[in-house]
Amino acid sequence: MHENRSFGFYALAAFFGLFLLFLYGPTITIFVLSFQGPDGGLTFPMRGVSLHWFYKLMEGIGVVDIGSAFVRSLKLGAVVTVLTVTLAVSASLAFRKTLRGGNVLFYVVVASLIMPSIIVSLGIGLSFRLIDTALKAFFVWAGWDGMTDAFTTTMGLYTSALGAQLTWTLPFGLLVMFAVFNRFNSAYEEAALDLGATPWQSFRHVVFPLIAPSVVGVGMFGFTLSWDEIARSSQAIGDLNTLPLELQGLTTTVTTPVIYALGTLTTVISFIVVGITISIMAFARRRARGKSSR
Amino acid sequence: MSATTPTAKTSAPAARRAGPAAWLQAAPLGLVFLLFFIVPLVLILAVSFWDATEYELIPAFTPKNYIAIFEGCGQFGDLCVTLKTYVSTLKFCFLAWIFTLGIGFTVAYFLAFHVRTVAMQTVLFLLCTIPFWTSNVIRMISWIPLLGRNGLVNDMLISLRLVSQPQEWLLFSSFSVVLAFIHLFTIFMIVPIFNSMMRIDRALLEAALDAGATPWQTLWNVIVPLSRTGIIIGSIFVITIVMGDFVTIGVMGGQQIASVGKIIQVQTSYLQFPLAAANAVILLAMVLMIIWALTRLVDIRKEL
Repeated sequence: MHENRSFGFYALAAFFGLFLLFLYGPTITIFVLSFQGPDGGLTFPMRGVSLHWFYKLMEGIGVVDIGSAFVRSLKLGAVVTVLTVTLAVSASLAFRKTLRGGNVLFYVVVASLIMPSIIVSLGIGLSFRLIDTALKAFFVWAGWDGMTDAFTTTMGLYTSALGAQLTWTLPFGLLVMFAVFNRFNSAYEEAALDLGATPWQSFRHVVFPLIAPSVVGVGMFGFTLSWDEIARSSQAIGDLNTLPLELQGLTTTVTTPVIYALGTLTTVISFIVVGITISIMAFARRRARGKSSR
Repeated sequence: MSATTPTAKTSAPAARRAGPAAWLQAAPLGLVFLLFFIVPLVLILAVSFWDATEYELIPAFTPKNYIAIFEGCGQFGDLCVTLKTYVSTLKFCFLAWIFTLGIGFTVAYFLAFHVRTVAMQTVLFLLCTIPFWTSNVIRMISWIPLLGRNGLVNDMLISLRLVSQPQEWLLFSSFSVVLAFIHLFTIFMIVPIFNSMMRIDRALLEAALDAGATPWQTLWNVIVPLSRTGIIIGSIFVITIVMGDFVTIGVMGGQQIASVGKIIQVQTSYLQFPLAAANAVILLAMVLMIIWALTRLVDIRKEL
């Protein structure tokens, strides 16, 4: 591998460069255009530089309350993150042993990952609608008039939408944990167990510190995938939309750079989360390396 | 300690038989998929045979939803709406697959075999994956300033005198839909193909070289066959996403282009659940056939 760079290398490097430009170019364009002056439009040229469209965004777009949708998405994202990390890590520990029925569960998880999202979304929406119908019938049958009048739907952010997003984030989380444990050296864990540690102690003090950086990665998958999720929550969301669902609706109606300002904002949030994750992982890796060389 | 069963794939002490504790560890995850995946799928299948009025669903066992979907099909000459939509969706699927595969393979090949240091590989790989963690809709609308009527591409074409007036087919068209598919989903090819390529023993490449193979022969006869798993996993991802897509086709097609996913979405929003369910069952059957054909060639679990 010490020969000079070939023509092929430069051709491929140029291709790769173009690919990166293709990948980032459009996003950079709307990032720039979101600082468009008050008179500017959806395309170049820039008519001045201002924060005008960010202020507009704060005021809300038409009837859409961006602030509330933003907060709803953040909260849902946080819940999805916690559940994704807990359930995926916990299940991945179970999969380290020969779990009867484990193969079936594994294939269900993979199936959920590659199932067209509209089908999952339709199924969940349908399930909750049938639950609603059944509950209403029950209230009428039981003669609970108050409940019959007050009840609207069981669909909502933390019921159907949460479930819908978990069918998308959990497979990623579990697969990442599988990849981690397939490369995991269990000598340390065995040593701990041989020295009389309980299974919980060996997990808490040996296994967990070793997998912690990857667990942070699973958390990032959980949050960013939830933060941008549309397809699976679309038919299962209930009355109040998340930010990306509002955004999708706005694409057809909004004709000012305010939508770019919203794009810049959500992209910055995603970048912050990814940035924090990568820093934590890099830091943890450096610390691990520092310890082992001591 | 040795593996107690031939199916155990994890490291040695992990190959113990699972006790009740392991069951408890896996149960919450299993429950989520039971409630939000298995049950909904079963209900879709059941409801696809139900009857409905404008207000309520009526449990029944009738094929009328399926008949309604294929109404007018089989007549000579003109295709019915359903078949037309399937043909159009398959066309998008094929185009997206070909391009994401070509670009994804090339990028993965460059990263795996032409970037020399691991640090550089990691950085460049991360650069490819970061956009995956940002919003797809934002990445779609970010094409507007480039492809729109007064966008950069039209400005450039006009100033170069290649065209005399702005081109309308650049945005909200089949072209922009395919472009967005490539933009959004090439990452699903890059990651698994790169993963497969990194597992190829570099000695094989030297052996091929020593045996007199040209770089092209090495690529075609050594690298491509050994990257097969990654290619197939990536293909499954891209194909299943595009087959059920309604968001990308909706936004990038200006809500004017039909797709199977969009039909299901529209029927659901009009609460025509039995029809939507029947369409979902047909779509699912089709996707399963494609996946079945592809997975006959690979065992996913070995690749993680």
